[in-house]
Amino acid sequence: MIKVQTDDFDIGTEYQKLRDRDCGAVVTFSGCVRQENDLQALHLEHYPGMTECALEDIVIQAKQRWPLGAVTVIHRIGRIDAGEQIVFVGVASGHRSEAFAAGEFIMDFLKTRAPFWKKEIREDGERWVEAKDSDNQKVKRWD
Amino acid sequence: MIELKYFAALRDQLNCDGEQLTLEDVSTVAELRELLAERGGVWAQQLLDGRNLAAVNQQMATADTAVNDGDEVAFFPPVTGG
Repeated sequence: MIKVQTDDFDIGTEYQKLRDRDCGAVVTFSGCVRQENDLQALHLEHYPGMTECALEDIVIQAKQRWPLGAVTVIHRIGRIDAGEQIVFVGVASGHRSEAFAAGEFIMDFLKTRAPFWKKEIREDGERWVEAKDSDNQKVKRWD
Repeated sequence: MIELKYFAALRDQLNCDGEQLTLEDVSTVAELRELLAERGGVWAQQLLDGRNLAAVNQQMATADTAVNDGDEVAFFPPVTGG
């Protein structure tokens, strides 16, 4: 399940949806907006339509690599205050190693391929976040 | 006619979120970048900057990707989600 939404999500609810009698492992990841100095919030922009397709494509690639059960990706857009949740990835699988690996794979590709852009809102103004080279390096490990 | 879209920091720099353009003598993303760069100033600076990415019909594109009448083409900075 792929969702791009303004609303927050509940990890407990999402975890229960991933439970499956055939899957012995469920790995979940959630990313939050760091609470640092004068950062008030992030504004998340996306490319409606392409974002959902890009996330679908990443999940399809993960399912081709590992035998997975249910997969959930939720990404919030709009204003997200410091400390709030921003992204959720949950993967169910027969065994833990595939679930851990697929979760990392999905996050690595989400950060470098899905069209989202972050803008920091601070006391002294707003600033677009620059892409990190370290994220591009991380995704190369899956080549 | 193609539908052009600009996102995030690039949209702010161009002060334009999108436009419709009738194409003549443009068949690839690289040629479209050059056509837009002819406007000069910030257009030349941003469209010829290889860091800004392109998508054709909502799929990531490269310099050689074909652009045809009726396509939706987007330009945007490297992504920063997650």
